Amino acid sequence: MTHMRISDLSRRRLLGVMMAAGAVAGAPGAALAFSEAQARSLIDSVMTEVQGIINSGRGEAQMLREFEALFVRRGDLPAISRSVLGPPARTASAAQLSSFTNAFQGYMARKYGRQFSRFIGARADVLGAREVQRYWEVITTMTLQGRAPFEVRWHVSDRGGSPQFFNLIVNGVNLLAAERQEVAGLLQRHGGNIERMIEDLRRAG
Amino acid sequence: MIQSRPRFARITPLALAFGALVLLGACAQGPGAGGVHDPLEADNRAIFETNLAVDRAVSDVLPEGGGGGVVLGAVRNVSSNLSLPNAILNNLLQLRIDRAVENSFRLAVNTTIGLGGLFDPAGHIGLYGRDSDFGETLHVWGVGEGAYVVLPFLGPSTERDTFGLMVDLALLDPFAHVGPTERLVAGGFGLAGLVARRIEFSDILDANVMQSADPYAQARLLFLQTRRHHLGQDAAEEDFIDPYADF
Repeated sequence: MTHMRISDLSRRRLLGVMMAAGAVAGAPGAALAFSEAQARSLIDSVMTEVQGIINSGRGEAQMLREFEALFVRRGDLPAISRSVLGPPARTASAAQLSSFTNAFQGYMARKYGRQFSRFIGARADVLGAREVQRYWEVITTMTLQGRAPFEVRWHVSDRGGSPQFFNLIVNGVNLLAAERQEVAGLLQRHGGNIERMIEDLRRAG
Repeated sequence: MIQSRPRFARITPLALAFGALVLLGACAQGPGAGGVHDPLEADNRAIFETNLAVDRAVSDVLPEGGGGGVVLGAVRNVSSNLSLPNAILNNLLQLRIDRAVENSFRLAVNTTIGLGGLFDPAGHIGLYGRDSDFGETLHVWGVGEGAYVVLPFLGPSTERDTFGLMVDLALLDPFAHVGPTERLVAGGFGLAGLVARRIEFSDILDANVMQSADPYAQARLLFLQTRRHHLGQDAAEEDFIDPYADF
């Protein structure tokens, strides 16, 4: 079953490469500027760092700070925040945007960092990568002892300056989509007031 | 004891056939892939609130979750093992012989070496099996998911999967055709398995649903996306979010 999926993947990747080659011939610079190997090694080291943090045995507050630093270094937080804020990001001021990004990265570290603790001792594997539109999708699995592996897909782009991840699909759940909905709900709770929503977000997660 | 069965058997196929008609009509105009089709939102929200109240009351008397626990693990293993015959029947109806074989091996190993399903030696040799149900069979047969529905006590589902659940419970599940005592025991383990999973994933449910701004909307999104992923209906590439293309 796994075997079939991988051969299917490489077939699609071949298609992607052929299409990218065609795109290069037609419009110079349209292909991805960084390699599959770079995208895979980024995600490989993110997963190694996450494992290092959860297996360190340090206190929760310390671990959450380390997750936040990791997300900021390896993830494109400005792009993630803009996308999660949605249409209000277009009218927000630069100060509001950076304040939102700051609040969101802390929220993300608290919310997801705490859930990472259940992966203590889990095995993480990079299965492959494929080109999607203008970014790489790196396909990985997490395996807890004696349990079926589940899939985590990472979307990686260098359009923020260097190769960084900007989305995760965990077992089919699109985190940008979930957080977009969450931020929209928070905004609605505060009558569309971005400042008050940001204050709420600083306490959430 | 035995007298009540023929009458039940007479009514059930009729009810199912009627249900199928309603369902196929409803699912014909089902949502596009990736979308949310929730015309019953007002009713669903009311049931969701009631479920949350029940959940809070039950959670108060349940132990803290977020991890393993020997008893929880055993309950989960037994209920998972008891659900395998139904999964295998559905694998066969889907003409997925490979999955039927894997689930059958899993059932055989865990029932014997795993002492009636108390332990999961199959999982430890990588034979994880694959859950299935008649909702998935209907999907394989081409039935769309229909509207999103929240079921009392059981939570998020779709029209197709609700109908599938009724077929599983009334017809396909072998435990529907045994004596009332065995049926009660199997049903009890099924329910206990639900509770065990609820405890095991309580941290995930709290962080991603309960503490969110709109728990109803988050539960709907998480359910639909994981269910579609399970069915192999992952979002199309063009439905992925590209934050760099938006601006």
